[in-house]
Amino acid sequence: MRKLSRLRRRKITAPVLLFLALIIVGNAYAFIGATVTTPGATASNARSTMVDEGREIFLRGCSSCHGLNAEGGGIAPALIGVGAASVDFQVGTGRMPLADMSQQAMRKTPIYNEEETAALAAYVATLAPGPAIPGAAQLTFERDGNTAEGGELFRTNCAMCHNAAGQGGALTQGKYAPTLMGVEAKYFYEAMITGPQSMPVFGDKAITPEEKLSIIKWIKAVESEKGLGGASLGKVGPVTEGLVSWVLGIGLLIGIAVWLTTKSR
Amino acid sequence: MRAARERVAGSVANFVDERTGAAKFLKKSLNKVFPDHWSFMLGEIALYSFIILLLSGTFLTFWFVPSQEELIYNGSYVPLKGVKMSAAYASTLDISFDVRGGMLMRQIHHWAALLFLAAMVAHMMRVFFTGAFRKPREMNWIFGVALITLGIVEGFLGYSLPDDLLSGTGIRIAQAILQAIPLVGTYAAFFAFGGEFPGLDFIPRIYTVHVLLLPGIMLGLITVHLMLVWYQKHTQYPGPGRTEKNVVGYPLLPVYMAKAGGFLFIVFGVTAFLGAVASINPIWVFGPYTPTQISAGSQPDWYMGWLDGLVRMSPPLESHIFNHTISWNILIPGLIVPGIMFTGLALWPFIESWATGDKREHNLLDRPRNAPSRTAVGAMAITFTIVALINGGNDIIATHFSLTINQIMWATRISIFVLPPLAYVITKRICLALQRADRDLVLHGRETGRLVMLPHGEFVEIHEELSPEEAWTRTSHEQLAPIPAAGIDANGVRAKGVLKDRIRARISKGILQEQIAKPTAKDKLEIGDGHH
Repeated sequence: MRKLSRLRRRKITAPVLLFLALIIVGNAYAFIGATVTTPGATASNARSTMVDEGREIFLRGCSSCHGLNAEGGGIAPALIGVGAASVDFQVGTGRMPLADMSQQAMRKTPIYNEEETAALAAYVATLAPGPAIPGAAQLTFERDGNTAEGGELFRTNCAMCHNAAGQGGALTQGKYAPTLMGVEAKYFYEAMITGPQSMPVFGDKAITPEEKLSIIKWIKAVESEKGLGGASLGKVGPVTEGLVSWVLGIGLLIGIAVWLTTKSR
Repeated sequence: MRAARERVAGSVANFVDERTGAAKFLKKSLNKVFPDHWSFMLGEIALYSFIILLLSGTFLTFWFVPSQEELIYNGSYVPLKGVKMSAAYASTLDISFDVRGGMLMRQIHHWAALLFLAAMVAHMMRVFFTGAFRKPREMNWIFGVALITLGIVEGFLGYSLPDDLLSGTGIRIAQAILQAIPLVGTYAAFFAFGGEFPGLDFIPRIYTVHVLLLPGIMLGLITVHLMLVWYQKHTQYPGPGRTEKNVVGYPLLPVYMAKAGGFLFIVFGVTAFLGAVASINPIWVFGPYTPTQISAGSQPDWYMGWLDGLVRMSPPLESHIFNHTISWNILIPGLIVPGIMFTGLALWPFIESWATGDKREHNLLDRPRNAPSRTAVGAMAITFTIVALINGGNDIIATHFSLTINQIMWATRISIFVLPPLAYVITKRICLALQRADRDLVLHGRETGRLVMLPHGEFVEIHEELSPEEAWTRTSHEQLAPIPAAGIDANGVRAKGVLKDRIRARISKGILQEQIAKPTAKDKLEIGDGHH
């Protein structure tokens, strides 16, 4: 006991205890939080049809904002006519359900698995006709795309928000165009035909399906392009270049100048 | 054998000397003494990067085609194969991907440009904060300001030449700034571009300016800059044995030849290293320029970034007078503010000597703390520029730190007015605190942390006296008194120009009144042997 009370008076004790308490609380919260926010985890497979299952998930996970009949509400849009592609994009990339009410839904680990997402999409598609999920037969960008043409289309239509290298960019009031690196081809196609969040819809008359494939092919080419000219410095242009020239360049040279003018002892 | 070689060397030297009289000049020059301090080598970094720029730039001219003639790219960079672009952009792609060593040389050239500007700024800060610009060196200060200004323009033209999407965006903004000049703006823009933007003339024109006109002027200015340093001799930090009339240091040969020569290769090495490992201005990522396209996150190089930041934060002000539009939103941040800043910078030596009334020659440098107001003004200018620079990168900062552009813009809009005066006050307080610390150190010596109990029970800490050299360094500076205002004389007659004098007296009081009196021998005697 004496030993413990002596430990209690050490300077280090308070911060260590605080740190431990934070870890315990944080982990407990994460554990409880995780069990609360996975409503689909126990979904029964005994449902008769996919649409019924989708409706079930919808009522449980989406209807509190989007309405019991997907008619929308004060904080969420109606989902009648958005089509399966929109659901597949929003739910498949983890944007929906929303993590919080910030400016924009962000990409995160999806909450529903593939079957659940497909079921949700199937249910929403029955509400009214809308864009369908592009199948593998449609996503033949490797074969039918033209990289250079895709680059031209990208720079004309996409670069002003997503950056010339697809690195993403800032929009007003905290909204942003996300980075396009590491995104599945299917989601590019869906985003173009459904126009999620701040993004406009690029219909088949504005950008033909073949041109869409070209754009995807160009993005994939940029993504796989590595280390031309050395470290890419985050591909954000002159901001990091300036930082490197001051910190690494001038910093290093000043260090050497100090060394050169040190008197030898 | 050896004797023969020496005879040959001797006769060659003799031949040259008899015709040029070089021996006398060389003997004098090679024995010239330079003071030794790391901060005196910042200008050298700038000089060496300029040499690297000339050499690598020459290499690039062998392949660069300064033309906006349109062609279809057929080089080795696949994602752009078959795309229509200007010859300038295509040739820059060729330099990057098809010319042996071209990519490395391009990157060395661009890194050297960033280092050149950064070294010039660092060098200028050293000269400013130590008061090295004072008489007799005001002219050289102005040459320096001219070099930085030309360097910024030269850098801008340089990264505009490849005619990629990013540089075209920069040129478009430059054109907007040109157009914002009242009355003559549109004419000036049409003159510069040979018609509507972008036209076909601009790249060839700025090429001539970038590779011939500006480097020529800069080379001339650098030569004069160095000749003046040579003639006026280098300044030195105060210290024992150093006076206004001597220079304490090492001779050019062999010490400085070795140091400077070595440093030249080190700067070469660092630049080549950066060029080899870190990508800079990857023009193939941006694509060719067309006025209909733009990329999110478009940024200028850092030395233009603060100007871009000022333009980004300016509110949309515009007036229409007699059917003529004046775009204050571009005119103020793009021309007026930088105009005031660079003019103030160039005239600073004169402003300072006017305000302090100090018109004497100075070869000994100030320790920045001993000129608190000047140091504070410098800190104010740096703060202003950094706040502007931060807003220049607001979109990149927004995406990478989960902030909103609007937050950053408003934060910098307010900070640009609030932080510089705050920096002035804080810096001045720090300087005065350091003066006080110097005074304490000289009077009481260094605290050793050793406590001693005297026979009668009193505890004292042993203070260790400074060496005479250290004490001298901390007390050798002079402290100027404020200029008294000329006013009404004994007969009640107002002196001429009394308002001007009163303003000057007021400023001089603001600058010079608040100082910590440096310790005198009398102070020292009164305190006795330290502990109390």
